[in-house]
Amino acid sequence: MTDKEKIISEKQLRKKTIISFSVFIVMIAFAIFGWKWLHKQPQENEAPRPLRKALNYNEGLFGKFFSNNHLAKTFPLSAAVKHVRVNGDEGMSADFDASTWKLKVAKTPGDTLFVTLDEIKALPKTEIVFDFKCIEGWSQVTHWGGVKFSDFAQKYGLNEQTKMNYVGLITPDKGYYVGIDMPAIMHSQTLLCYEMNGKPLPMNQGYPLRLIIPVKYGIKHLKRIGSIFFSNERPPDYWYERGYDYYAGL
Amino acid sequence: MKKIVKKHPLAIRWFHWINFPVIAVMVWSGLLIYWANDVYKVGWGDKTILKFFPDSFYKALHIPFRLAEGMSLHFVFMWFFTINGFLYVLYLAISGEWRLIFPNRKSLKESWQVVLHDLHLRKGMPPQKKYNAAQRIAYTGVIIMGIGSLLTGLSIYKPVQFHTLCAMLGGYEWTRAEHFILTILFTLFFLLHIIQVILAGWNNFRGMVTGFEVVPPPPPPTGGGTMEIISPSNELKTDD
Repeated sequence: MTDKEKIISEKQLRKKTIISFSVFIVMIAFAIFGWKWLHKQPQENEAPRPLRKALNYNEGLFGKFFSNNHLAKTFPLSAAVKHVRVNGDEGMSADFDASTWKLKVAKTPGDTLFVTLDEIKALPKTEIVFDFKCIEGWSQVTHWGGVKFSDFAQKYGLNEQTKMNYVGLITPDKGYYVGIDMPAIMHSQTLLCYEMNGKPLPMNQGYPLRLIIPVKYGIKHLKRIGSIFFSNERPPDYWYERGYDYYAGL
Repeated sequence: MKKIVKKHPLAIRWFHWINFPVIAVMVWSGLLIYWANDVYKVGWGDKTILKFFPDSFYKALHIPFRLAEGMSLHFVFMWFFTINGFLYVLYLAISGEWRLIFPNRKSLKESWQVVLHDLHLRKGMPPQKKYNAAQRIAYTGVIIMGIGSLLTGLSIYKPVQFHTLCAMLGGYEWTRAEHFILTILFTLFFLLHIIQVILAGWNNFRGMVTGFEVVPPPPPPTGGGTMEIISPSNELKTDD
């Protein structure tokens, strides 16, 4: 007989078994109760509060990892697809008047910049071919051109504003809106984009100006920017309000 | 009186039973996520043999349009999966239990004999310690799959931050497919595991909860091959 073996009575065997199984059943009950409890918690932006808190914790953690040295992988021009997928038309009302469009940048209350498309095109142009990733799980290598947000901010003297925590972007019809953390919008691959495949943006891709932000999921690449503002609090975010992670960073 | 033998240490039983609901939630929330871009199938050209997954499957389980819910669950329970898995591997390493689980030189050959035995094509099992050769390969395989799920998962979750990892695994789209295949393998492992546990019976299942197994008493002497030789001589002696 080894030290792992033991002779016990039937009674002792039954007792040992009952004790172990009691603990086992209590733990199963805890698991079921915990699952139900989680789903009964008050919702915070369409997600149960404990999950929302955990997602915010993830954001803090991965936000620390974030570095401008981490670039989204880029591809040769030949890798870019000709037919770019159109996914979602929130904030793209048909009655949009492109002829009167100007980008509105709220610097401080009462101090608002208006910038025309030609003025934006006059800034140094940057092109990028990268794997655009939708939160649904598909991705597509696409080719975009525009001005780096960081170049734009420098040119228009937004130094004070870019020291804040977040940027908010809103479509002209206010139907779609995103909030983005400052490190991501100031990332060297983030563009105020006016070209796709070397041509002006098509209407359904957000003409005249959209955001291309390769370090985020597609939900943050707002089409047809109407206005931009800065804030230390999280600006409203369309999909965040519908249960998604605010950060949505890659 | 019963003879019992210690089988599963307390730590391993906890890791095992915590893992079960955690993986269940990971697979379930993974399904909610996968639905939003359900592109995988088995087939060639235009011919599809098996689509992952048929619409009836989604409908029966109420999967459609729950991507946000799936993501929030997945990215919270991933922590439990990771921590539990990490502690399990750490425990195996420190306690020396890994010696009972990792395959050894004989395992490959013996595992085939175990499979034949389980399919009733062969009598007798090769001698074993806690786990037989097939179990060693399966349980070590599932640890490697767990590590694989963690790494592929991390690389689709943050492909820019973990760009080197993502590239090593074959790029974003390949990594997503690998993550999916691993989940299918986990599910197949689970099914096989359940079948084997049912076949092994109550004593074995109780062992995973209580930690011990009852050692069956040696079979009573009834007409076995060797008994025929020994018993007549015994009888002769008593007759004397």
